[in-house]
Amino acid sequence: MSHLQVENLSIAFGGVHAIEDLSFDIQAATIHSIIGPNGAGKTTLFNLITGLYRPSAGRIRFEEEDVTGKPPHLLAARGMSRTFQNLQIFFRMTALENVMVGRHLQEPKNPVAHVLRLPSLRRSETACRERARELLDFVGLSAYAADSAGSMPYGALKRLEIARALAAEPKMLLLDEPAAGCNPAETREIDDLIQKIAERGVTVVLVEHDMHLVMNISNHILVLDYGRKLAEGTAAEVRANPEVIAAYLGAQGQEEFDRARG
Amino acid sequence: MLARLKGPRRGGLLVLALVIALLPLVLPNRFYFDVAILIGINAIAVVGLNLLIGYAGQISLGHAGFYGIGAYAVAVLPAELGIPSWLAFLIGVAFVALLAFVVGRPILRLKGHYLAVATLGMGILIFMVVTNESQWTGGPDGMPVARLTLFGFRVSGVQTWYWITGAALLLGVWFALNLIDSPSGRALRALHDSEVAAQVAGIDVASYKLFAFVVSAIYACVAGSISAFYTGFVTPDGAGFLHSIEMVSMVVLGGMASTFGGIVGAALLTALPQFLTVFQEYEHALLGLVIMLCMIFLRRGILPSLAAVLLRGAGQGGRA
Repeated sequence: MSHLQVENLSIAFGGVHAIEDLSFDIQAATIHSIIGPNGAGKTTLFNLITGLYRPSAGRIRFEEEDVTGKPPHLLAARGMSRTFQNLQIFFRMTALENVMVGRHLQEPKNPVAHVLRLPSLRRSETACRERARELLDFVGLSAYAADSAGSMPYGALKRLEIARALAAEPKMLLLDEPAAGCNPAETREIDDLIQKIAERGVTVVLVEHDMHLVMNISNHILVLDYGRKLAEGTAAEVRANPEVIAAYLGAQGQEEFDRARG
Repeated sequence: MLARLKGPRRGGLLVLALVIALLPLVLPNRFYFDVAILIGINAIAVVGLNLLIGYAGQISLGHAGFYGIGAYAVAVLPAELGIPSWLAFLIGVAFVALLAFVVGRPILRLKGHYLAVATLGMGILIFMVVTNESQWTGGPDGMPVARLTLFGFRVSGVQTWYWITGAALLLGVWFALNLIDSPSGRALRALHDSEVAAQVAGIDVASYKLFAFVVSAIYACVAGSISAFYTGFVTPDGAGFLHSIEMVSMVVLGGMASTFGGIVGAALLTALPQFLTVFQEYEHALLGLVIMLCMIFLRRGILPSLAAVLLRGAGQGGRA
């Protein structure tokens, strides 16, 4: 089943076509990577899919329903969750509270119950805290639960964003460079984490520069260049595509690649 | 021990209750009671404003307008329409909630300085209305307020109003603490730190900003009504720009995103001018100096900065 369909999507910022006439499908319960050189439009595409930007043309269908131009909080309610390339952490809250915010959609909304702290709220708060602890444990951050997020190291914050995104119990999780700035050991941990998430049946959409990570875990790869689709397919197909190599290594790199292959 | 200091929610409420209960034992005369009541009234407004400014991170330079409406509601409605005072109070609260809801929707789309100027304009507008509609409000001279009667009893006397103000403050603080530690409060604190992250977590950022605006307006309105009942007289000053600035200063000075810090700020900025009068013409210069020194040396506000110093001291003591 196609989980997300993008049809002829375009957006321009003052004459620069960040995404141009882009179409692709994402299958449910797969790991779908989006790669491309810097400035190819990967993060812009994430912002379009999650509703932070409105496209100038084209459609986005989520679970067969047209969600083009829907605001982010409504897309979140439909089961879409994401992390950010440049950290978007709630720095004045504890690690545990950050994850509890991720559960916002599952929590009771009645403000009167909140102000009076009714017994029903107390019960749901206990459950929320419990679930948030489990998620911190899942991403390996239990030790930081009571710490202010502002005092946590970079690598831990990357995983905290994943825990917060998972707290919403998403059907689709978009990860924007989860391993950026992480050392090889941390990257391996995130690699494992993404595979565990996918095993739970969540569709993972991944933007990542670490090619080793991408080639290892992706079911499907979409290659962008200058906002257009350059290539698409499995890791092996994409790796063998001469256009992809040219985009990444330039024409000279292409020659060297050909020479190396003999 | 450290954990208890870090989570001062319940403990803080108990300390506040004790202070309110025991203060009358040491207040020597009516003047001190008067100052204590004024502190309580300002503190109620500041606890509400802190939800908006300190927790949700949205500025308002117009909250004195809501305070003024609260005060004039209990003055004008009984005098002009013969509505009982307690009902006038409730009508005032409902009107302020509605007004904040209607005005807040468009202006809370603005951010930072733009929001500051828009709320400033709203406050000035309310001030102009109460000043100019003199056939109802008495104009710049103000008007007397009929005594509150509840169940046939006239509520009067400085002692009585001390306990009413204290109870209202305690209730207001309890509501605020509950809210801050609830899903709504987390949503407010989240959108303060990152609006995009809050949005993708499913938080309707615009609605929650509006919610904080309406709640804080109600706090200001209640404070205004109590003030009018207690003093028995209202003037447009309560709705004025300077009063808005005073309330924001109390929040910032005491501690943003610290409910009890806001109360400390309210206490300091209400009491200091009363006691600095012994310095006569230097009174205002000294007040300014105290505020400046506090902000330079206790940047995060009095209570959060002092708490940090104490915690650090305790931590070092523990290690040594």
